[in-house]
Amino acid sequence: MEPRLTLADCLRHHLRLTGTHVGCEHGVCGACTVIVDGAAVRSCLMLAVQAEGAEVVTVEGLSNDADLTPLQKAFRRHHALQCGFCTPGMITTAHALLSEEPDCDAARVREVLSGNLCRCTGYIPIVEAVLDARAAYQPKGRDRSGDCA
Amino acid sequence: MKLPPFDYACPTTLPEAVQLLATSNGDAKAIAGGQSLVPMLAFRLAQPSLLVDLRKLPDLRGIRISAKGVTLGAMVRWRDIEDDERLDTAHPLLKAAIAHVAHYQVRNRGTVGGSLAHADPAAEMPGIAMTCDAEIAVVGKSGAHVIQAADFFQGALTTALTPDEIIVEIRLPAWPAGRRWGFEEFARRRGDFAMAAAAVFYDQDANGKAHNAHVGVIGAADPAVEDVLNGRAIDAAIIAKAEAATSAAVDPQDDIHASAAYRRALVGTLVERALKRAAA
Repeated sequence: MEPRLTLADCLRHHLRLTGTHVGCEHGVCGACTVIVDGAAVRSCLMLAVQAEGAEVVTVEGLSNDADLTPLQKAFRRHHALQCGFCTPGMITTAHALLSEEPDCDAARVREVLSGNLCRCTGYIPIVEAVLDARAAYQPKGRDRSGDCA
Repeated sequence: MKLPPFDYACPTTLPEAVQLLATSNGDAKAIAGGQSLVPMLAFRLAQPSLLVDLRKLPDLRGIRISAKGVTLGAMVRWRDIEDDERLDTAHPLLKAAIAHVAHYQVRNRGTVGGSLAHADPAAEMPGIAMTCDAEIAVVGKSGAHVIQAADFFQGALTTALTPDEIIVEIRLPAWPAGRRWGFEEFARRRGDFAMAAAAVFYDQDANGKAHNAHVGVIGAADPAVEDVLNGRAIDAAIIAKAEAATSAAVDPQDDIHASAAYRRALVGTLVERALKRAAA
């Protein structure tokens, strides 16, 4: 593997996992967010070789079956996507946040999502969807849904 | 843009890392979190022949707190500072400033050492290092030595580091209980680079007079207005004087985001707000 290959391009072009989108390629837009060892990171700002030995979860990895996760269902319910380009990054970022902080408030959701650009929705439906999905990440909800641990 | 080609090494010891940097004709770069360096590569502003990844080096990660102060290992991430509750009292100014660094994803990888080595004039960590008279411990082929922050930062994106040197840690002097402080930053969006920020602290004697005042500015040169504060009670009149002195002292540049006049006023206002917070 070439050292200059970013994790984002490795996922898309070598592993054919095209759910991870590449927008700006310099760490501004957040579209390429993936979860590395439990932490949301920008995969365009990480070399693939730096992921040696790490667990990488992409948007494809959030659901084990054909059904949508509670977070994805909340996005659909709240019309939190239009063109969909930013959505994988929004979902992975929000998943990491809710996994760590299932009780986060609207201000925290806004702060965290400020690193992800969306040019369609105006963000409000996205914030509402993330807030709505919180229940699925709280211990009881997690047991019930089984697919977002 | 795609990154330029380079070789990659991931040493497991510090001497090995130094050796790799030293034998690359000054053309190699150390990479820690990569949150500044990888964009530099993407823009082709940096085209090193070799990247030396520091991720497997032991001993660069811890946050140590002692009577002498706070020591941050070079590979400490913004996230680690945010999560360390000891710092709420051990260094509240550091904690407040670091809360403004970058966005969620970048905070999970960006490091203290990387920010110091990159030396962006709008970045919080170099500003705090300067304001707090920090020491930066480095190691290179001639051995280990310590550089004062004022000597380390030589201008925008320019430091005293030689091509074979790696930052090991930064040492912030002890923070006495009762110290007055404030940190104020203005950015277009929370997490974006600061248009300007101000970090201030001072100690107060039994008569309510300030001494040991430090006023640091991010996004412009430090204004050297401590003499306005030392020996005075920090009241509204003194704060107004410090604001005016700051605006008069700094000499910012016009750029795409704001005019020099706007920035001069902004820096003064941020120092005013930080002092009001400190005195409250």
